[in-house]
Amino acid sequence: MIIGVLALQGDVREHLNALAECDVVARPVRRPEELDSVDALVIPGGESTTMSKLAIEFGVLEPLRKRVAGGMPVYGSCAGMIMLATDVVDGRPDQQTLAGIDMVVRRNAFGRQVDSFEGPVEIAGIDGGPFHAVFIRAPWVESVAADVEVLGRVTEGPAAGRIVAVRQRNLLATAFHPELTGDLRVHRFFVEMARAAETTEG
Amino acid sequence: MSEQTPSSTSSNAPVTGSARVKRGMAEMLKGGVIMDVVTPEQAKIAEDAGAVAVMALERVPADIRAQGGVSRMSDPDMIDGIINTVSIPVMAKARIGHFVEAQVLQSLGVDYVDESEVLTPADFENHIDKWAFTVPFVCGATNLGEALRRINEGAAMIRSKGEAGTGDVSNATTHMRKIRQEIRRLTSLPEDELYVAAKELQAPYELVKEVAATGKLPVVLFTAGGIATPADAAMMMQLGAEGVFVGSGIFKSGNPAQRAAAIVKATTFYDDPDVIAKVSRGLGEAMVGINVDDIPVPHRLAERGW
Repeated sequence: MIIGVLALQGDVREHLNALAECDVVARPVRRPEELDSVDALVIPGGESTTMSKLAIEFGVLEPLRKRVAGGMPVYGSCAGMIMLATDVVDGRPDQQTLAGIDMVVRRNAFGRQVDSFEGPVEIAGIDGGPFHAVFIRAPWVESVAADVEVLGRVTEGPAAGRIVAVRQRNLLATAFHPELTGDLRVHRFFVEMARAAETTEG
Repeated sequence: MSEQTPSSTSSNAPVTGSARVKRGMAEMLKGGVIMDVVTPEQAKIAEDAGAVAVMALERVPADIRAQGGVSRMSDPDMIDGIINTVSIPVMAKARIGHFVEAQVLQSLGVDYVDESEVLTPADFENHIDKWAFTVPFVCGATNLGEALRRINEGAAMIRSKGEAGTGDVSNATTHMRKIRQEIRRLTSLPEDELYVAAKELQAPYELVKEVAATGKLPVVLFTAGGIATPADAAMMMQLGAEGVFVGSGIFKSGNPAQRAAAIVKATTFYDDPDVIAKVSRGLGEAMVGINVDDIPVPHRLAERGW
């Protein structure tokens, strides 16, 4: 099992390290041919408008969309969640996404950097107690289609109740950054998803 | 500085301004280009080109150098104008030691404060106590000791100083190589020699020990100061920078929009000469530039900060 990390911009290294600790081969992906060689993909945190622009200019956006439509497992954190959404509120007019998860995501929803925070999130399907989540100029999910599973919401503070973790088919997204905390449960959950997908694809 | 990070078990209330949230913001900028802008129009050009953030300032370093005088924090109206124009993060510069300028920038909602040697220092002994703020800080450094002193004061991101406003990349190269060399040296020392290493670096022992163990700074390391071309940006990335600040290099050049986009691409594909060659074509005039050697030492901005 080889899992790629989209390496156009963002905290690529942290995801590569987290995946390596989950005992999978992890490698950066910047080009279409590199995408061909991976079984699953992580889209890291970073600046979603920059990633979108580079993905278009270096010809990886369309191949990515095809792989997502074809069932490749993808996990996106923060900017990665935005990249996976069908609709983005407060994005740039020219911003493109992979339109993988039927959801509306609001960019920078929690505010500016002075509003960035860490706090607990309960995630359905992940045991071991609340996840200590780090939100950095993070998006939230405004609304989801009926077949999107809501896995986690903010539990405390002014944004309590906001959706911050979702899954649809082989696609997983969180508004927060498990790669910054050393807690591997979200990455392990995704690796299990990817392994299960590999088995069904045969 | 783990003692500065709020414990995750003590309370369930969301915590802002923790070291992890501040340093994490810089992690998200990695592999990206942060561009100096002096107007909302320039900020828009930078965002259109794929910048990961913009740095709002009153005058770019090349103009500060040419015009002289005391250089200060920008007008809040100008910073508001930029914040309202772009959706990417906005950084702004405060003078070294000027904690009230930093308080004002935090109140305006800027996403990162650059305590910068490019502005006229406000305190010739003390830098700002950056732990006291919710907004994160980036600071310049010419060597490892200076970087660790800034981190000890609460800096959540470090950049090489280079020599701003020159278009001459040589000092950025020197600073980046120096910081990386000194890190490599620490990783090769036996533990009982780290005490003296800390003394020589004039840096706190705990941070020296952490760098020796991990082989990297505890915060993100960018480059700045004299970067003017896609090849400059790519070279600094190959030398170990995790991202790039471009100051005067873009808006003092012949075709800012195209140069900005080219530097963004060269930063992502810093190890691919074919891409760098392609994006370097037809960019028009680079900024004219000044050789650092031609600037008398008292006028070199990198000498500021202690």
